[in-house]
Amino acid sequence: MKTLKILGLFALVLSLGAFTITPNPMDDGYKIGDIATDFSLKNIDGNMVSLSDYEDAKGFLVIFTCNTCPYAVAYEDRIIALDQQYKSKGVPVIAINPNNPEVQAGDSFEKMKQRAAEKGFTFPYLLDEGQEIFPQYGATRTPHVYLLEKTAQGNVVRYIGAIDDNYQDASKVEDAFVEDAVDALLAGQEIEVKTTRAIGCTIKV
Amino acid sequence: MKNLLLLGMASLILLSSCRNKDGKEKAEDTVAESQVDQNQSTKEEAVKFPVYDFEGFEPLLHKEDDKTYIVNFWATWCKPCIAELPYFEKVNAEQKDNNVEVILVSLDMPSMWKSRLEPFVENKKIESEVVILDDPKQNDWIPKVAEEWGGGIPATLIYNKDKRSFYERGFTYDELNTELNKFLN
Repeated sequence: MKTLKILGLFALVLSLGAFTITPNPMDDGYKIGDIATDFSLKNIDGNMVSLSDYEDAKGFLVIFTCNTCPYAVAYEDRIIALDQQYKSKGVPVIAINPNNPEVQAGDSFEKMKQRAAEKGFTFPYLLDEGQEIFPQYGATRTPHVYLLEKTAQGNVVRYIGAIDDNYQDASKVEDAFVEDAVDALLAGQEIEVKTTRAIGCTIKV
Repeated sequence: MKNLLLLGMASLILLSSCRNKDGKEKAEDTVAESQVDQNQSTKEEAVKFPVYDFEGFEPLLHKEDDKTYIVNFWATWCKPCIAELPYFEKVNAEQKDNNVEVILVSLDMPSMWKSRLEPFVENKKIESEVVILDDPKQNDWIPKVAEEWGGGIPATLIYNKDKRSFYERGFTYDELNTELNKFLN
């Protein structure tokens, strides 16, 4: 019996090494209307960044993204455009790399710096060191967007999902989910589409 | 069916005129930026596998014959997908006589079909049927595969004409057999 247990444990350790466990996105993490946690994570410039640093913000586009996922890469230019479009209106992009660099070497802090420099990121690009933030949000893939509205009660989750409806070709987008959501938020209107789904790369734990 | 295939091929050829040709093969789990840059041009041959948009693909999720289908959604860039593929291959080989068929649905991006997907299938000598689902309107079609699917892969649908179950997770060989056995007998 004991050997069985040890064997089982051994198999468990083995299988943990081989698989990433994907939590069911419908069960875990934030729902629309929840208060999102703040964090203090290291930016590529070496400084720690928290949502509370942004005194004048009306909200945030917290985007879990990374260097290595083809979908994340396909959206880099659009994430930059979102930041340029909405930072001045009080809704800056805060990008967080949720991947474990020990599992995904291409997502190391150094590689993040490189990629941000190459692409000219205009927003903080934070490493979720210790991977404690993304599970609280319930992010399951990259890119995965959370639109937060700053209120007296805290940062309220207003939209969760994809950036738009066409990862392949920005010019063929019919529904710009995030833009529509931020525009509605800034106009004080109800966001019509509050959650969307997309194929993405599982977060590497 | 044949028309669809032809249509897929034709659209592929059209598409490929505005697609990027990438240089070398990269390590399995990292994808060079150039490989996903959709806007550079080159000419490519048609890919070996049938390419469907969701409308064309959907009938594969609703066959009403006597078989049990294991429909696995994967991509070459998805590490846990690659890890579980051998189990699907094994089950496909072992359960053929039990009227079980595995369909591997690649969600690789168009720029990866020739550079990554084809060599991968060839090198791993994959015997199960491989099809490509190429439909960027993911928010529309993901819930049509399964209402509960958030979009993570690996994901697997097992169904026959009486019953269907969806799993947004990876499988071990034993787990896959356990689930499959619920559909047999």
